[in-house]
Amino acid sequence: MVDRREALMSMFSAKGAKVNTNRGEDYYKSLEKQMEERLTQLENSDVAAKYSIHEVLESEGLSRRDFMKWASAACAALMLPASFTPMVARAAELMNRVPVIWLELQDCAGNSEAILRSDAPTIDELILETISLEFNETLMAAAGHAAEAHLEEAMHTFKGKYLCVVEGAIPRAMDGLYGTIGAHGETFKEHLERVSQNAAALVAVGTCATFGGVPAASPNPTDAVGVQDIIKNKAIINIPACPANPANITGTILHFVLTGQIPELDHLNRPKFAFGYRIHDNCERRAHFDAGEFVEEWGDEGAKNNFCLYKMGCKGPMTFNNCSIVKYNSGTSWPIGAGHGCIGCSEPQFWDKYATERPIADSKIKAPTGGVEKTVDEFGLGLLTATGIGIGIHAAASIAAGKKSDNGNEE
Amino acid sequence: MAKHLIVDPITRIEGHLRIEAVIDDNNVITDAFSSSTMFRGIETILKGRDPRDAGLLAMRICGVCTGTHYQRSIEAVEHAFDLKIPKNARLVRNLIQGALYIHDHVVHFYHLHALDWVDITSALKADPAKAAAEALKWTKTPYGAGEGDLRTIQQRVEKFVKQGRLGIFSNAYWGNKHYKFSPEQNLLAVAHYLQALDMQRDMSKMMAIFGGKMPHPQSLVVGGVTCVQDIKNPARIEQFKSLLRKANNFIKNAYLTDVLMAGTVYADEALDGTGAGLKNYMSYGDFRLNDNGFYDSELLFPKGVVLNGDLSTLHPLDQSKIAEDVSHAWYKGDKPLHPFDGETEPNYTGLEKKADGYAYLKTDEKYSWIKSPLYDDTRMEVGPLARVAVGLAAGDKRIAKYATNFLAKLGDTLGLGKAAPASVIFSTVGRTAARAIETELMGDVMMEWVDELASNVANGDLSTWVEFDFDKVSKNAKGYGMAEAPRGGLGHWVVIEDGKIKNYQAVVPSTWNAAPRDYKNRMGAYESSLVGTKVADPEQPLEILRTVHSFDPCIACAVHIVDTKGKELSSFKVNTSCAV
Repeated sequence: MVDRREALMSMFSAKGAKVNTNRGEDYYKSLEKQMEERLTQLENSDVAAKYSIHEVLESEGLSRRDFMKWASAACAALMLPASFTPMVARAAELMNRVPVIWLELQDCAGNSEAILRSDAPTIDELILETISLEFNETLMAAAGHAAEAHLEEAMHTFKGKYLCVVEGAIPRAMDGLYGTIGAHGETFKEHLERVSQNAAALVAVGTCATFGGVPAASPNPTDAVGVQDIIKNKAIINIPACPANPANITGTILHFVLTGQIPELDHLNRPKFAFGYRIHDNCERRAHFDAGEFVEEWGDEGAKNNFCLYKMGCKGPMTFNNCSIVKYNSGTSWPIGAGHGCIGCSEPQFWDKYATERPIADSKIKAPTGGVEKTVDEFGLGLLTATGIGIGIHAAASIAAGKKSDNGNEE
Repeated sequence: MAKHLIVDPITRIEGHLRIEAVIDDNNVITDAFSSSTMFRGIETILKGRDPRDAGLLAMRICGVCTGTHYQRSIEAVEHAFDLKIPKNARLVRNLIQGALYIHDHVVHFYHLHALDWVDITSALKADPAKAAAEALKWTKTPYGAGEGDLRTIQQRVEKFVKQGRLGIFSNAYWGNKHYKFSPEQNLLAVAHYLQALDMQRDMSKMMAIFGGKMPHPQSLVVGGVTCVQDIKNPARIEQFKSLLRKANNFIKNAYLTDVLMAGTVYADEALDGTGAGLKNYMSYGDFRLNDNGFYDSELLFPKGVVLNGDLSTLHPLDQSKIAEDVSHAWYKGDKPLHPFDGETEPNYTGLEKKADGYAYLKTDEKYSWIKSPLYDDTRMEVGPLARVAVGLAAGDKRIAKYATNFLAKLGDTLGLGKAAPASVIFSTVGRTAARAIETELMGDVMMEWVDELASNVANGDLSTWVEFDFDKVSKNAKGYGMAEAPRGGLGHWVVIEDGKIKNYQAVVPSTWNAAPRDYKNRMGAYESSLVGTKVADPEQPLEILRTVHSFDPCIACAVHIVDTKGKELSSFKVNTSCAV
């Protein structure tokens, strides 16, 4: 827990963040006022539960102090000044006032599984226990008609107030009939449209729901797309990665509770608090990159010494996500920690652009097709390409340098 | 008059599944149909890619049995390239896969299956002191089930219920009379449901230690594994062992004992063979115990076939006898074909809207995206029950020891004066018990593997990858990875030409189990297991959920095998030719 908290704190000062974390007093004052209004309104609403997180904390033997420690870390994660800590704590106590309806479409349930394993055993998990999770096919007790009836009831009761979390892509080919759900044979597209209609906002989790992901990989047999290509009239927050890091899902929900609004997003609708960082800039193997020390093949001396994985296809330089800071499974490890390069899983079309064991130039990549490229910010892409080239040159230079020293050794 | 029920969505599974059942006037299921309603086309996506990258994408077939598809895909390519991976790589893969088994089985029992046996609302009526005494009936050292623990949990649930919104527990079949546990037994199981939420996080950390993350680990590559720094770090090994010790305590003193409790309370159903179904079992075999290479090593789970529940005869497995039939699946075709000759031409004929507003399966025609696989022209069940049955038929000492141990305890608690007969495993209860028996075995054997890994590294072997000349071996190659996922036999077949994947095919556990009828109108495993079951209340098809869940459905896996090109139904014309 301590490690994780420190990791979150370090996000504040991490290199490479594209987020302005100091916006001046006026900005924060007005934000504070807005949050105050929002939280008071939630506190006075009888939408959901009457029971508070303190009772849960007590039963788990956790003190108010533990809770405030957590709140201060979460505050940092959301890129708010420390003075907002009490506000974050208040919001956490109100999380169960925000109902969540979680839909599964063309998915593998990886994101549902990921949220089960979110940072434990900490207060985060208690908060996940205490959000009002109204519908989730993987976990819910009811099935069939009873499940459908409950979905209807929850959508009606929480009209305009619930967050609709979506996992999985939406097939458009064959009038959407590649995916149907329920006794009426509703297509995934119809299902999504119906449930999102009265949602306060949509949260697309995982790269399938955000950018089409696996089903949309070339040649995209079912013409699958992400939520933002189907739903046009709603606020959509994209939390990509395969699967999405549960810390980022929790953070987003927390932010929504705090402000009633969606967090600040980048050009791909990803929350900046999580996706404002480049993997490469905060990578534990970065020093080896700078020193020109690379793994040249799996299991070599470089691998044994944790050298940089760029030449083994690591796409950390092209990928924006906070994995290198937050890591996975309660900070246990992350792909680069386990000696494998990043595959760029939080970027659009990563299956066709990044998910190989070789640097881009050697990748033999299939030409991407399908509709998802519309969502790619061309400017951003240009920047990434430029970065890629720069790194390529650096890597090439280091090969030359390495050869020289090899020769030197031989002599 | 007979009733025709639709249960869609079947929840607490991976993927999208519908069951339709016909129930007669005595509330007995006389007919059943299993249909998958989602399709992605992952094999088509894999074609044309570099075979070294296939594992990462193939893994995304499923987020639940996540690492299994990764390993199968990589081993199919290694088999094609004729590679022998280093000992460290074999052990790391066994440990990642073993951790997946115990994680997956525990999550399945508590979070996906338990609510078919356990009535949460009844737990509120329990006396925590009596519940603590109940716990001691099943083991001398119960997990987290002291009177105080149970009272705390009961209060927590009570608060949850009082606040008025039941969330994911809303609108279930609470109070149904086929919930047979006493309030105290329900409280005990609810406690373990919540404690298992914590426990499964730790179990997934075990996978992450060598896999980088979970779900979707990232440390396997064609030729070996990448996690050198984790295997050479004694602290990492110790972390793994300490998590495993904790997990084993939970498995032995919560999971296994809760299953024993269910087996005892529902003993009449186990002895009746309720939910048995096909009684033909098949295992591909898995977990290599030495380094003789693929398909030459001694295995933890033997391979073979058991027919008609006859444990005295083990039939050898011959993969050339596998064929897939599409008579009732949404594809064109007129006879069963081996994956080598398989054709996949979609022919979606849809559902039938009836006057009541519901859309029904056209069960006389085609009604699922899942094909019907056959082994030697016979329908088969795969999974933990099949592995235990094949293990017993093969005379495997280790499997026999764990199974006999469970049956002896069950005989004890039932007061039989001897072990319960092995035939009780041929039932819904038995399928669930086989999974628990296997989990205990796996937890123990992993401790041996992690020590073997540590001592191999300590002896100076740090090799994790075998070198190969990719351009040379990938010119023209075919191979297969056939082994066991937590849910049963899983095979990936790959054909490689000029460094690229020419063809890819996977036949997965839930294809075997969730399949529709075949060309002889014989039922699939789910369908067959439902027929004859009596439901207490047709409005609450609890018994259907219980039996279907006992297979641990994983439907995204089952359906991905569909292989299509193009985006319009009318333009589909696809040939899959997968080679072995």
